Amino acid sequence: MAKKFLYINRKAPYGTIYALESLEVVLISAAFEQDVSLAFIDDGVFQLMAGQDTAGAGMKNFSRTYKALGDFEVKKLYVERESLEERGLTLDDLQAITYEDENEDYAEKPAIQLVSRSEMAGIVAGQDVVLSF
Amino acid sequence: MQLAVVVNEGPYTHQASDTAYHFTKAALEKGHSIFRVFFYHDGVNNGTRLTVPPQDDRNLQKLWTELADKYKLDLVVCIAAAQRRGILDESEAKRHGKDASNIAPGFRISGLGQLIEAGIQAERLVTFGD
Repeated sequence: MAKKFLYINRKAPYGTIYALESLEVVLISAAFEQDVSLAFIDDGVFQLMAGQDTAGAGMKNFSRTYKALGDFEVKKLYVERESLEERGLTLDDLQAITYEDENEDYAEKPAIQLVSRSEMAGIVAGQDVVLSF
Repeated sequence: MQLAVVVNEGPYTHQASDTAYHFTKAALEKGHSIFRVFFYHDGVNNGTRLTVPPQDDRNLQKLWTELADKYKLDLVVCIAAAQRRGILDESEAKRHGKDASNIAPGFRISGLGQLIEAGIQAERLVTFGD
């Protein structure tokens, strides 16, 4: 039986390598047919920002990879509302990320779900394996 | 219980490797089994045999190597993270045209699938790092 894997992303995308290497684990995990979810809390919400431009920093811009997660059967991206609010952000500041729902004639559905801090606690508690980056 | 351990930080800068080592050793001494220890992020730096810590301090790489030898532990260094940080075994060094390899005895280099497999197989996956 598939296990429930949750990848918690807590750090901004380019200041440290954690976000990029978290994404690399998530993409590999797709091959194992597990029940994968991603959580974005604290500065991790910056990973999903629209319009990222890394040219000035001279680093690889990997933000488009999040948009491809649906192709890897990753359909649940939980974003903590309080973390967004504390940083002056709303859902509109984030990239639109969708997946195709095979149960509804491949309709495009939003992958990002806004959840409260207490809901997030429940999501974490319900997992088999939690990897925190 | 069967456990798996993940080490996400390098030696000496961060306590994660020390704590992971003591946890792994204590678990084995209590009769638990360790499916695998997986080194990721800067944790791959635990697997270089070229570290030379001061004589009056612990040698973390050596401690891991000795623990692996005693308990037949599977110490796996993530290949993608390792290549970024200059941790190579002989075949990787040859493949990339480098003049040396530095993987420590008891460690092996493999893919991220080994981390996912550890999460699937072990009853508990225990992570050490920030």
